[in-house]
Amino acid sequence: MTTVKAPIDRGRFSNKTVFIMAAIGSAVGLGNIWRFPYVAYEGGGGAFILPYLVALLVAGIPLLLLDYAIGHSQRGSAPLSFARLSRRLEFIGWWQVAICVVIALYYAAILAWSAQYIGFSFTQAWGDDPEAFLFGEFLRTEAGAITFDFVPAVLIPMAIIWAVTIAVMALGVQKGVGATSVIFIPVLLIAFGALVVQALVLPGAVEGLQSLFAPNWSALLDPAVWASAFGQIFFSLSVGFGIMITYASYVGRKVDMTGSGFVVGFANSGFELLAGIGVFSALGFLAQASGAAVADVVSAGIGLAFVAFPAIISQAPFGALLGVLFFTSLVLAGFTSLVSILEVVISAVRDKLELGRVTATLVVTVPMAVVSILLFSTTSGVVVLDIADYFINRFGILLVALVAMLAVAWGVRRVPWFAEHMSRYSSIRLGRWWVALVMFVTPVLILFMLVQEAITAITVPYEGYPAWMLGVFGWGVAAAALVAGVLLAIPGWRPTTPLEAPMHDEEVIR
Amino acid sequence: MTPDAIALMLVSMLVLWGGLGAAIVNIVRFKGPEPTESMRDL
Repeated sequence: MTTVKAPIDRGRFSNKTVFIMAAIGSAVGLGNIWRFPYVAYEGGGGAFILPYLVALLVAGIPLLLLDYAIGHSQRGSAPLSFARLSRRLEFIGWWQVAICVVIALYYAAILAWSAQYIGFSFTQAWGDDPEAFLFGEFLRTEAGAITFDFVPAVLIPMAIIWAVTIAVMALGVQKGVGATSVIFIPVLLIAFGALVVQALVLPGAVEGLQSLFAPNWSALLDPAVWASAFGQIFFSLSVGFGIMITYASYVGRKVDMTGSGFVVGFANSGFELLAGIGVFSALGFLAQASGAAVADVVSAGIGLAFVAFPAIISQAPFGALLGVLFFTSLVLAGFTSLVSILEVVISAVRDKLELGRVTATLVVTVPMAVVSILLFSTTSGVVVLDIADYFINRFGILLVALVAMLAVAWGVRRVPWFAEHMSRYSSIRLGRWWVALVMFVTPVLILFMLVQEAITAITVPYEGYPAWMLGVFGWGVAAAALVAGVLLAIPGWRPTTPLEAPMHDEEVIR
Repeated sequence: MTPDAIALMLVSMLVLWGGLGAAIVNIVRFKGPEPTESMRDL
């Protein structure tokens, strides 16, 4: 084998299994556990499977394969891959990097809360009122004001989580990112599987499942239900903001990329179904125990995890075990996603500055850890988090995904070439069906979702927060990510960084 | 549970978990070329 000296050894996954596990680790995150069950329940129950499956096959997996195609063919981080397609598109890659920075900053806070709640499961520190405990005693939330009053109960676990994350990232692509998913994903499956078994034997579980799966066929006539199915698939699969581009750049040339994409797509959705069964079994128990209807106890996001589940834990037999399994699952799912988000940033900085792995990790993660802790371990952390999460998902990820698709499909017109590249060593050939989906169908669907979200965000102030807060931490942060992307694309690449994709794997080995 | 809810639960399991199983079988049975040597990760 010929070895050509290259300016940087980017690292790589040792085989396709590690790549698939890492991609599943990225896709399976908090949204699978705390968002899907509610979206499915609201979107027609059992009937939701139809729009959900259509969304997976028409938009989710095709988009995932487009990200794979960009990273796998261009062999670079998101900015380098886009720069190799066209120097004018580099800003899209940096825009994605900036979005990942924002998400990583607050994601660590949610992991810290989840880690704390593992311990609280034993003591049931929330007492009779989990909501009052969460926002009062635990987070000490001060609405309507930004403070730098630190909450030690959040600050300490955040510092620990950042320290562990930095150590994992410094280990590299295979020994850090890959190994974490290879270990954590099976553990997550076992932990959540045990939770589902425990939840299924609780009294009232059947009523919960009845609420989740009872079909409401008329919901299928509602465009909003279809939009929510596409939204759930889009946000859940980690597509459109650089993660899958980065991961695919670490995969050998002759790996079955399309077959891998289908495994990742169905594994992500399969886990969502498992989460739906576990969560609604537990909610059915809560409804029965509190003498309410399931509809009255259903919630999503922070409310489900840190208000409804503590109430379930307090009343269920072996509640502490249920709590440990649930919050451990959140930590595991969230941690592998956090690792993947940070890898986008580290990989980009490495490529641009030709830094070593450890140096790039420290340059990226230490400042991020400081900012993350300063912003989100304070009494106003949860408010900033809520606003930033809402806006960066919609006017960051959704928008950049649309721009990237249009640029690749209609700017540089590389989609047919990508189809050929992806089909070369793969089990599932990407034919005209994929080209049509990526060039026509999916951009229209994303544009529709984006317009809907924009109308909602403009006409209804999110959660009633003050306009200045929405302006600064919502619109402002989303706009800042775009501006950062444009500015970071201005400096040139080092002369030793080729702006053509290497032809062979050998070229990326020192 | 009502019969239609049970049916939809089984259909969802069949489609999503069955789809995962089929995707895994596809990738395992595919005899495409694989890199013979794993690369260093520094």
